[in-house]
Amino acid sequence: MDDPTSRSRFRPEATSKPREISVTLHVNGEQRTLAVAPWTTLLDALRDRLHLNGTKKGCDHGQCGACTVLIEGRRVNACLTLAVMKDGAHITTIEGLSADGALHPLQQAFIDHDAFQCGYCTPGQICSAAGLLAEGKAKTADEIRELMSGNICRCGAYPNIVAAIQQAMGAMGSKS
Amino acid sequence: MINFEYARARDVADAVRQISADPAATFIAGGTNLIDLMKYDVARPMRLIDITHLALKTVEETANGGLRIGALVPNSDLAYHPVVEKRYPLLSSAILAGASQQLRNMASTGGNLMQRTRCFYFYDVATPCNKREPGSGCSAINGINRINAILGTSEACIATHPSDMCVALAALEAKVHVAGPAGERAIAFAEFHRLPGDRPEVDTNLKADEIITAIELPARGFAANYSYLKIRDRLSYAFALVSVAAALELEGGRIKEARLALGGVAHKPWRNAEAEAALRGQPAKSDAFARAAEILLRDAKGFAHNAFKIDLARRAILRTLAQAANATPQIQSSKKIR
Repeated sequence: MDDPTSRSRFRPEATSKPREISVTLHVNGEQRTLAVAPWTTLLDALRDRLHLNGTKKGCDHGQCGACTVLIEGRRVNACLTLAVMKDGAHITTIEGLSADGALHPLQQAFIDHDAFQCGYCTPGQICSAAGLLAEGKAKTADEIRELMSGNICRCGAYPNIVAAIQQAMGAMGSKS
Repeated sequence: MINFEYARARDVADAVRQISADPAATFIAGGTNLIDLMKYDVARPMRLIDITHLALKTVEETANGGLRIGALVPNSDLAYHPVVEKRYPLLSSAILAGASQQLRNMASTGGNLMQRTRCFYFYDVATPCNKREPGSGCSAINGINRINAILGTSEACIATHPSDMCVALAALEAKVHVAGPAGERAIAFAEFHRLPGDRPEVDTNLKADEIITAIELPARGFAANYSYLKIRDRLSYAFALVSVAAALELEGGRIKEARLALGGVAHKPWRNAEAEAALRGQPAKSDAFARAAEILLRDAKGFAHNAFKIDLARRAILRTLAQAANATPQIQSSKKIR
């Protein structure tokens, strides 16, 4: 442990020219082709390359859910997803939830219930809730809480988040 | 994260060929644990081989009444699979007790088995850890060891295996199907993960050039009398301090067959044939449950911060066996212990 570099297999020659790989992502209905390094996460590709800053970087380790996006309609942590592995995938971020200028029922419900304070976790909460509604597994408040546990809100807006999801669930259920 | 190369495998044979050709490569599927470990510089593969395009995504009933689960079936799909919910509800319940829905959507069945420990020191590259850096020492033995093991530990390592799903798979006596350069083989679940001994850097008996292709469940699913109870430091989205998978077959109030596995207490899901034998033929009552718990925890050894786990495990075993016997399994979305 004396030599701080002894553990590392870091090779400067391997890092000087990252081999970029072309990927095509269908983001919020738009086809986007970009060249990324193998280690670029979907989160960094969305934020830094496609300038979709709605998706947030919180812990960057899959512990907080702020980076939640939908891939093929399923909620995932974008921080633990490599962009190169999602070539051809359909991705929905918070920017893509509203349609024709109208807020998504979840976005409206979060406003109606004041389901946030600082707002940093909110895009992830809403994308996660959209995934939850599509899954159709949560019916009761207990089930919503359990299936939303991957989204941490350090302001503690949880009661209002649950109420907002219940409202959207009712609104969307009555439409279908 | 160090820089690495990326490659895709076309099929199982191609995956085996690629991994055999490069000792510095590793497979990636869901990536929920591997990417995290790479960000912490704990895992430093020079090349990732993406196996997510392999045709290992189906769940099929087998000729002998069991179920064959492709290694790439996502954890969430498996938990909600109608056959699993109906015939193997212990497995469904254990999966839903772990991680978050986002992670379960990403994580694969095979990858769940390959999770590394969440021991704080394994993750902290500034500290010695025999699992991360063989021969450097164990920081947990005399460190903050609340989350560490009480059974099957060694002087080299007191890490636990973090999976919930694997505790159920151990109780159900699943088989792990793997493929390698020499062909295919099946590994009994009890033989898949290993104890740390003096080589804690080796988590499993999977060889470096092998790939998990499927998990096979036997016909017996214990759907009537089972429970998975997980005790942790917060009510959801946390690793187990202690978890218990209990599965019983009852006949006239007596136990005909019993399975009992513990999570959060050892380097692998913990079972003891003697404890299960002590349940067979007995009335499904607290006397028998207490005897089984006593046998299962006989050799338990606590450290400075986790000795509480021994009594916690004893109580959790009694409660889980009672839940199984009464056909009132723990519901993962309910935080009241039944």
